[in-house]
Amino acid sequence: FAAAGDAGAGFTTSEALTPEGDVKSYCNFYEFGTDKGDPAKYASEMTTDPWSIEVDGMVNKPGKLNLEDIMGFELEERIYRFRCVEAWSMVVPWIGFPLYKLLEKFEPTSDAKYVEFRTLYRRSEMRGTRSFTNIIDWPYREGLRMDEAMHPLTLMAVGMYGKTLPNQNGAPIRLVVPWKYGFKSIKSVVQIRLTSKQPDTSWQALAASEYGFYSNVNPEVDHPRWSQRYERRLPSTLLNPNRIPTQKFNGYEEQVGALYAGMDLSKYY
Amino acid sequence: MLWLLLFLAALAPFLWLVFLAQGGGLGPDPARELMHFTGEWALYLLAFTLCLTPMRRLGLWSRALRYRRMMGMFAFFYGCLHLLGFAQLYVGWSGALIAEELLERPYILAGFLGWLFMLPLAITSTRGWQRRLGRKWVSLHKLVYPAAIAGVVHVFWQARSDIGEALLYVAIVTVLLAYRLVLRLRTESQRRAQTA
Repeated sequence: FAAAGDAGAGFTTSEALTPEGDVKSYCNFYEFGTDKGDPAKYASEMTTDPWSIEVDGMVNKPGKLNLEDIMGFELEERIYRFRCVEAWSMVVPWIGFPLYKLLEKFEPTSDAKYVEFRTLYRRSEMRGTRSFTNIIDWPYREGLRMDEAMHPLTLMAVGMYGKTLPNQNGAPIRLVVPWKYGFKSIKSVVQIRLTSKQPDTSWQALAASEYGFYSNVNPEVDHPRWSQRYERRLPSTLLNPNRIPTQKFNGYEEQVGALYAGMDLSKYY
Repeated sequence: MLWLLLFLAALAPFLWLVFLAQGGGLGPDPARELMHFTGEWALYLLAFTLCLTPMRRLGLWSRALRYRRMMGMFAFFYGCLHLLGFAQLYVGWSGALIAEELLERPYILAGFLGWLFMLPLAITSTRGWQRRLGRKWVSLHKLVYPAAIAGVVHVFWQARSDIGEALLYVAIVTVLLAYRLVLRLRTESQRRAQTA
C-alpha cells in the first residue's frame, strides 16, 4: 500500500498496535448483539457481496457505488488511535481512502452542510436487530458536518492489518473518524446522503444527553454516567489495567482543533 | 453434604474466573469482563438468597433457611470482588476519582450503597451476633431488601440500548420483594381482624 501523503499530519501513530485478534473479537456492532463477542460470532451471517452505497441528497451527480467502484479507490494504510465512548481504546492499522475522495465524485452542492450515513439493515442476517428488548431505531444512522467529512483524516476503511475488513469490524466498508468516539465510525455503510440540516443520529435519538452529534473525544466532558478522563488501552491485564489519560480530540487536536474554533465543546459535545 | 455441594457451586464461578484470568480467557479487556462477572454473580446469589425464605414457606424446601447465611455471604464475597475490581481497574485507587465517581454518578453510588447495606449483615452473620442482637438482628437483616433494590438500580442505570437483561433482574427482584409485601399485608390484616 502507498504510504500516507504527509507523515507529520497525524496519519500514522507509532504506538504499539492492538493485536489483530483482539480487534476482531472485541467489537460493538449491535446489529449482531450487544455482547462484545456477538459480532465475531454472528456477523458472518451478513452478505457483503454484492454491496453498494447509494449517494444522494445535495449532490450534482447522485448515484451508486458498487463493490468494484469502492475497491477502485487508491488505498493507503493509516494507523489510528481508536477511542470508544465506553472508555477503552485500541490502535488499529486501517486500510482505506479519505472520504473526501468519495464525496468529490458526486459533486456536493454548496447547500450540502452535513453528511448522513446509514448502516445496512437486514433483519434476516442481523440477529441483534431482531431482539425485542433492543431500543435502537434501525437502521443505524450517523452524521458528520461537511468540513469534518472533508478532512483528510476522515477515512473510509475497507481493510485492516493488511487484509480485507472482517464482517464484525464493518465489512465491506466503514467510516473511521479517529478524533471522535468509536460509535461515530459507522460500519457496513449502504447510504451516504448530503443534507443542509444536521441529521439525526441513532445514539442521539436514544439518549441525547449522553451522546451528542459531535461526540469528539474530550477528557474534559464526561459522559453523564462515567468519566472520560482515562481510558484502558487494550489489551490490558488485571495486574496492569493500562489506564492512560485520554487526550483531547484523541490526540488529533493539532489536525482538527481548528474545525471547532470558538465552539463551546461542553455544549456541542 | 448438600451444604458442601452448595458451597462448591457458589465458589465455582470464582474458580472459573481465576482460571479464565490465568489463561487470558477474559479477552482483551479483562477489567470489564471481571466487573460484569463479579457484579452478576453478586446479584444472582443475592436473588437466590432471597428465594430461600419463600421456598420454605411454600413448602418447596423445608431446610432452605440453613443455607441462607452461606449464600448471603457468597453474594457479599462477589460484591467485595466487584468493589475491589472497581478500585483497582477502573479508578486506580485514586481517592479523588473514587469520590468524584460516587458523587457524580448515581449508578455507582447505587452499587456502593448495595455493598454498604450488605456489610453489616456480613459482620453480624455469626451466631454470637445473632444472639447478642436478638430481635434487632431480624430487623437489621431486613437491609437485604434495600441491598437488592440498590443492586438492580445499579444495573438498570447502566443499560445502554438492550435493556433485556436489566429488565430480567428488575422482574426477579420485584417478584421476590412483592411476595414479602403481600405476605406482610396479609398477616397485618389478619391481626387487625383478630383484635377487632
